[in-house]
Amino acid sequence: MIYLLLATVLAAALWIRKRPHLVLPWQRVAKGSVGMVSLLLLSLFVLVGLLDTMHYRAALSEKSNGQTVYSAEVLSVFDALAKGIKSRSEKTYSAPLAAYLYAKESMETSEGKILRDYPRLRYGGAHLADPQRELLGDVLKRTGIGALEGLLIGVLLIAVSNMLFHFFVKFRTVWSSAGREISKDNWISTFTRAMKNKPFKALLITTLLIAMLLGITVNLAAVYHVLGTDKVGQDVLYLALKSIRTGLVIGTVTTLVMLPFALLLGIAAGYLRGWVDDVIQYLYTVLSSIPSVLLIAAAVLMMQVYIEMHPDWFETSAARADLRLLFLCLILGVTSWTGLCRLLRGETLKLRELEYIQAAQAFGVSSSRILTRHIVPNVMHIVLIAVVMDFSSLVLAEAVLSYVGVGVDPSTMSFGTLINSARLEMGREPMVWWTLAAAFGFMLVLVLAANLFADAVRDAFDPRLNRT
Amino acid sequence: MIAYLIRRILYAIPILVGVNLLTFSLFFVVNTADDMARMQLGMKRVTPEAIEKWKQQHGYDKPLLFNAHAEGISKISDTIFFQKSARMFAFDFGSSNDGRNVAREIQTRMMPSLAIALPTFLIGLLIYITFALLMTLFRATALDMLGVSLCVLLMSISGLFYIIGGQFVASKLWHWVPISGYAGGLDSIKFVLLPVLIGVMGSVGASSRWYRTIFLEEIGKDYVRTARAKGLSELRVLFRHVLKNAMIPILTGVVVVIPLLFMGSLLTESFFGIPGLGSYTIDAINAQDFSVVRAMVFLGSMLYIAGLVLTDISYTIVDPRVRLQ
Repeated sequence: MIYLLLATVLAAALWIRKRPHLVLPWQRVAKGSVGMVSLLLLSLFVLVGLLDTMHYRAALSEKSNGQTVYSAEVLSVFDALAKGIKSRSEKTYSAPLAAYLYAKESMETSEGKILRDYPRLRYGGAHLADPQRELLGDVLKRTGIGALEGLLIGVLLIAVSNMLFHFFVKFRTVWSSAGREISKDNWISTFTRAMKNKPFKALLITTLLIAMLLGITVNLAAVYHVLGTDKVGQDVLYLALKSIRTGLVIGTVTTLVMLPFALLLGIAAGYLRGWVDDVIQYLYTVLSSIPSVLLIAAAVLMMQVYIEMHPDWFETSAARADLRLLFLCLILGVTSWTGLCRLLRGETLKLRELEYIQAAQAFGVSSSRILTRHIVPNVMHIVLIAVVMDFSSLVLAEAVLSYVGVGVDPSTMSFGTLINSARLEMGREPMVWWTLAAAFGFMLVLVLAANLFADAVRDAFDPRLNRT
Repeated sequence: MIAYLIRRILYAIPILVGVNLLTFSLFFVVNTADDMARMQLGMKRVTPEAIEKWKQQHGYDKPLLFNAHAEGISKISDTIFFQKSARMFAFDFGSSNDGRNVAREIQTRMMPSLAIALPTFLIGLLIYITFALLMTLFRATALDMLGVSLCVLLMSISGLFYIIGGQFVASKLWHWVPISGYAGGLDSIKFVLLPVLIGVMGSVGASSRWYRTIFLEEIGKDYVRTARAKGLSELRVLFRHVLKNAMIPILTGVVVVIPLLFMGSLLTESFFGIPGLGSYTIDAINAQDFSVVRAMVFLGSMLYIAGLVLTDISYTIVDPRVRLQ
């Protein structure tokens, strides 16, 4: 289903490319540095989410009759990539970049005495002989190497993509204009020309920074737990990265559920008026007059009861967790279409009185054709703005709902469940802060990028903002 | 005006019926009355007689929506739905599953909810509007940019962070106020302080930005140019002219919320252990107490509709051109 979504986005992009009046606002988005940088960050998150969506079940062994036995655990490509940090779990909490466990344990020394001390971690910093002396130096060394490696890869990446872009441009000019002058740029001058472009410069710096950060993380994660471990010893970095997918799914699938309701009903109410309008208005007043949290909570709890009553439906607990996630999206979608629906109804009411619609009506164009050819394209900017604006609030809502206990399945990794499991640890002494910090940190970056991107899109598409 | 009000109130009735029908069907699509009885009496080893008796006592022994055995009008009225929801319009919410009167519970729990919600609302409004006006005053300068960036940053932080972080810093590190709980009378101040502060913090980003857009939209209009041309100072223009004219969009967003303040906040109350309506609702949902959930939903939607009517009335106060017919 996620692939379907991706295909739709690509198809829409191709469709838009052919229509200059639709390309214009996107070009405006591309001209802002903030928008482009946040888009880059967002696509990084999406990449992690996509990698995490490609599921497979590892083949354990091949039987003599040719049947392959699959393991019960469903893995994703992301799991395979992060195999190292996934499998290296400790006994319990450990602080970020620590070499010792969080809790004291009784250990037997070589002379047979019982000693209570912090035991060494099984994996974190296991290569060090004397962590107390060597830890800082090793971390610094690895940070340095990681940063350099990242920088190198970043530069390489930029050089390659610049080269590709250069040849693409050249190829296109050769292709389209046989007689016209072919630009004499070599690929370095293409680059220097691009550097004068402000958003390109911002993009370049961000890419390098991200590459450096990634390099450092990868280098450190090989032998340490970069963000510590949680109660059962799982690496927090891994958990946080896995949570991204849940956040993205909630943000996008909910929108997908909501859109048909809002579009269909909003436009129908605005265009047809009369009793259709009355019925639809009644519907959304009823829905929106119920406090939304209450409605969601009630619906989710009902669903929970239902699932509990039919345990035989699900083969694995993962399937049940996925279904719960999907249901949550469905419920969120059904309860949140009213706002957009009202906006669309208002806009359609305004549009249908305009001259070009009246002209179409006078020519005898059928209602369905007017709706699809004239009205829908003209309210699309509202839909787009609403969709990108809703995304971040949905990611935030997921955390709150999971926290209240009406969100995703507790076994699903999400920011909400991460926060929920970590909040009681604040009371410990010394405090276990890293799980919370990781969850909030990742969420902040994701939501901030989404918000900034939404702002860029809104600024580009909103016709009320006059620009010169 | 009176005629308008009467019409609006009459219009509210079908909506409330719809709300009731929705909660009712949500509840009974997955839960049968038998399940509820079993849940209340303990999951295992319940005799069918005991279930029947419980259902009879609590009035769940009738058909759900349509009684085919009854005659005439009681075909509809002699059902669980009608029996349970018709009395709501007289504010008779019946009793919860543990036998307490819901209406009385709501009355006693209203005060703590209000004690948190009202100060949050008022202080918040004051701060947001001041902040937004200041940003408008310094518009298109570095200060404005800083303010807007701050707003975007603040609204990107999860509300849970404010609560958890606030509790940690104020109660655990500095020991200013108790972490959670509630007490009546003057003592309540120390319990209320932190939730209010966090409530205000939680939406400062989104709200201030929203008010700023409203003010910026107003400031491009002709009357502002006239006011400036008269030689009025920018401050005077902003506070006397722009603020007044921006009242309509502000009221649209604000007045609807006022009646809902009674409902309290689900999140804050459950976090700070405040015995208000919000935590009452959460408990009821978890215990699957249908009477309480339905009463709260009913109350909530009624207050929402009241908020819409209040909004319309408030328009006539700030803008004499608006007439209600």
